Amino acid sequence: MYVAVKGGEQAIDNAHKLLAEARRGDPAVAELTISQISQQLGIAVDRVMTEGSLYDRDLAALAIKQARGDIIEAVFLLRAYRTTLPRLGVALPIDTAAMTIERRISATFKDLPGGQILGPTFDYTHRLLDFALVVGGEVPVGPLPVTMADPEAVPRVTDILGAEGLLEAETADDDQPVGDITREPLAFPADRDVRLQCLARGDEGFLLALGYSTQRGFGKTHPFAGEIRMGTVAVEIVPEELGFAIDIGDITVTECQMVNQFKGSKNRPPQFTRGYGLAFGHSERKAMTMALVDRALRTKELGGEVTAPAQDEEFVLSHCDAVAASGFVEHLKLPHYVDFQGELGTVRALRRSCQNAAQEDGAKTEDGDV
Amino acid sequence: MSDILGGYNFAYLDEQTKRMIRRAILKAVAVPGYQVPFAGREMPLPYGWGTGGIQVTASVISADDVLKVIDQGADDTTNAVSIRRFFAKTAGVRTTTKTAEATLIQTRHRIPERRLTEGQIIVYQVPNPEPLRWMEPRESETRKMHALLEYGAMHVKLYEDIVHFGRIATSYDYPVRVNGRYIMAPSPIPKFDNPKMDGMPALQLFGAGREKRIYAVPPYTRVESLDFEDYPFEVQRWDQSCALCGATDSYLDEVITDDRGGRMFVCSDTDHCSERRAASDEAEGDGIRRPVEEEAAE
Amino acid sequence: MNALACDLPAGFADPVSDANATFRAVLTAMSYPGRIVSLPVTVEVPAPLAPATGAILLALADLDTPVWLSADLDRGMVAAWLRFHCGCPLVATRPEAIFAVTTPCRDLDGFGLGSAESPERAATVIVQLADLASGDEVRLSGPGIATKSGLSVPGLDASFWRAVAANHQLFPEGVDIVLAAPDRLACLPRTTMVEETSPCMSR
Repeated sequence: MYVAVKGGEQAIDNAHKLLAEARRGDPAVAELTISQISQQLGIAVDRVMTEGSLYDRDLAALAIKQARGDIIEAVFLLRAYRTTLPRLGVALPIDTAAMTIERRISATFKDLPGGQILGPTFDYTHRLLDFALVVGGEVPVGPLPVTMADPEAVPRVTDILGAEGLLEAETADDDQPVGDITREPLAFPADRDVRLQCLARGDEGFLLALGYSTQRGFGKTHPFAGEIRMGTVAVEIVPEELGFAIDIGDITVTECQMVNQFKGSKNRPPQFTRGYGLAFGHSERKAMTMALVDRALRTKELGGEVTAPAQDEEFVLSHCDAVAASGFVEHLKLPHYVDFQGELGTVRALRRSCQNAAQEDGAKTEDGDV
Repeated sequence: MSDILGGYNFAYLDEQTKRMIRRAILKAVAVPGYQVPFAGREMPLPYGWGTGGIQVTASVISADDVLKVIDQGADDTTNAVSIRRFFAKTAGVRTTTKTAEATLIQTRHRIPERRLTEGQIIVYQVPNPEPLRWMEPRESETRKMHALLEYGAMHVKLYEDIVHFGRIATSYDYPVRVNGRYIMAPSPIPKFDNPKMDGMPALQLFGAGREKRIYAVPPYTRVESLDFEDYPFEVQRWDQSCALCGATDSYLDEVITDDRGGRMFVCSDTDHCSERRAASDEAEGDGIRRPVEEEAAE
Repeated sequence: MNALACDLPAGFADPVSDANATFRAVLTAMSYPGRIVSLPVTVEVPAPLAPATGAILLALADLDTPVWLSADLDRGMVAAWLRFHCGCPLVATRPEAIFAVTTPCRDLDGFGLGSAESPERAATVIVQLADLASGDEVRLSGPGIATKSGLSVPGLDASFWRAVAANHQLFPEGVDIVLAAPDRLACLPRTTMVEETSPCMSR
């Protein structure tokens, strides 16, 4: 006799136990600590903070540990926690011109005030597996170069170009409220503040592919990496009861300013246009690709025609969120017996009527009365 | 339930979020079938797994409610279990598998067979709230189409089915028109369930978390499945009856019993099925009312 | 603020469950238009606000919902109480309001109606009444009403009911109305049709 499937409760409990065991792995191997992840898998932590919209290294490291290193799952954990947090205040805009710089490069000028500072980068490493890391132990690195530059002496490349009028001016209208997609539903057309927020939270892989597509001709924007800077900036808030700004701490961010295709006319002198990217921590690929896609999404406002995927804001913004995308793709794992039964019924009925029609045709042919 | 999850508000959501969702629900009831945008929150369950329904339920549920959660008609499917546990943990409410006992029913893909009554609320989990999405992928366009009653594309799509297949080939998420105005996605329920929506005495709420939309069908509201005069709407029927309870009027799941073409059909609504079996046991008059599982195992 | 706050009536005794119960009462009333639903909570509100009116605002209004008060309600501690408990902005004109609160009025002019693309942006108008009962002064039909339903509302005259009938014609735009007697409420969403049953309607 058939028994209706039962035991969902027990199955879930068992799955949770197996997951805990799989997460831990071989108990003979020492367990990872949060500080190990935070210190030694720093770029993964930075990505989880960026896409998770929450600057907290320890929580991001915890999420990575809990997610067994699945970055999208870790972003999801951090987001779900973030929604439950009260909002105690709104920070003033951070000032990246006043950044304490750890890395700063420009691809547009050979030398410039403040110089090129490579900082901690993979860029010129040869991608050879370093077997010294297998053994572990401390690798002597010798005395560290001093890279901290005086912020006063490191103006942003875009400010230098802007002073000459070569780059479009970018002045925020401080009277306009800044959108927040975690508080209001996304609506189209979306303003640039909302677009940038979506991109900042967007999946690095998806944006990377889109940015890449613009370089291959699907919405060309002629980008130059005007400047990439990474370092720490102060976060300030103005408490109601004080009425003046106080510094509540520093965060590390990576900023990318792309200088793009110029526009102008006989009457309006040509100017370069901008694409902007900003991410928490050391997230250079993310900041660059965000800047490429930001510029592509400005096509319409800059008088261009929207033809490529990366220029289509509804396509990009509706699909760039990894938490939404992975949830919906993975929901296909959920039972769909009922819908499938409906489809089975339909296909069987359609096949029956097809076969009946064919038989009738055959019978008619045999009778010779066609 | 004594062990309500600490550190979180009743039913997980903070009060400000609940107010925002409650306002959206009231407007949804006032404009039947229209999709109200809301600032959906990130929930601790994945998008596409019922976050819209969960947010609606979390905003509506009170400590006095009795909650039933079903997926594919069954209370014991894993996602239904998971959502029921979420509310047992965060709201400490009483849960039930009995449709008749529930004041609040969250569902994925089915409407219970038993007619819902006044005072009950059914919350549907919705993956794609926009019925026009397959004809027009852009939100900015579909919004205009609803405003201007530009529903021609939907009829063209259904008519193309007839041209290709000789009938309308949509078997679930079959579009409906609500109160003679808005075309609405009923969520992926089988079209078998569509007639239950029409004039239902219970309030029907729909939550789409990923797409951030809430919509509603008030009680006693006209819900028509779209069709053509010469191709009227019809629901699925089976030659078989339920192998467990003998029902001939319920939606059936097909169960594969071996790899030689063996199959059987059983009620998708597990509460309906066990209620019928319990009733027939009593009618048999042996005076012993056996637990459902035991009976099924015999 | 704090010195003032301690003089203000307390609002809900249990904010979480009282807000939920009040919302459920409004939801029931909105789902079954014309049906009279008892206010399920006790609440301390400042005069001239009535308990049901105050409870509805406590349950639904906050910093995202501008509230407009008719001049005869904007008295005493009402404004301070709303600002303290709801944190809602109080606005001077009808079109700005998400929630509008008024004593019996003769028209619904000027309230936000939403738009064809966004009908949900319409105002909710709460009419504070001395009393509210089932009756046949007006007959109601539409979604949420099985056959017909009726109301008897002292204080609302024919011109108000004409405005309600005209509001229905605007569907899907149009305001949604909550009739709030001190301890009970009923709703008239924009879907509800109002028919004249007594001579007062044709006056």
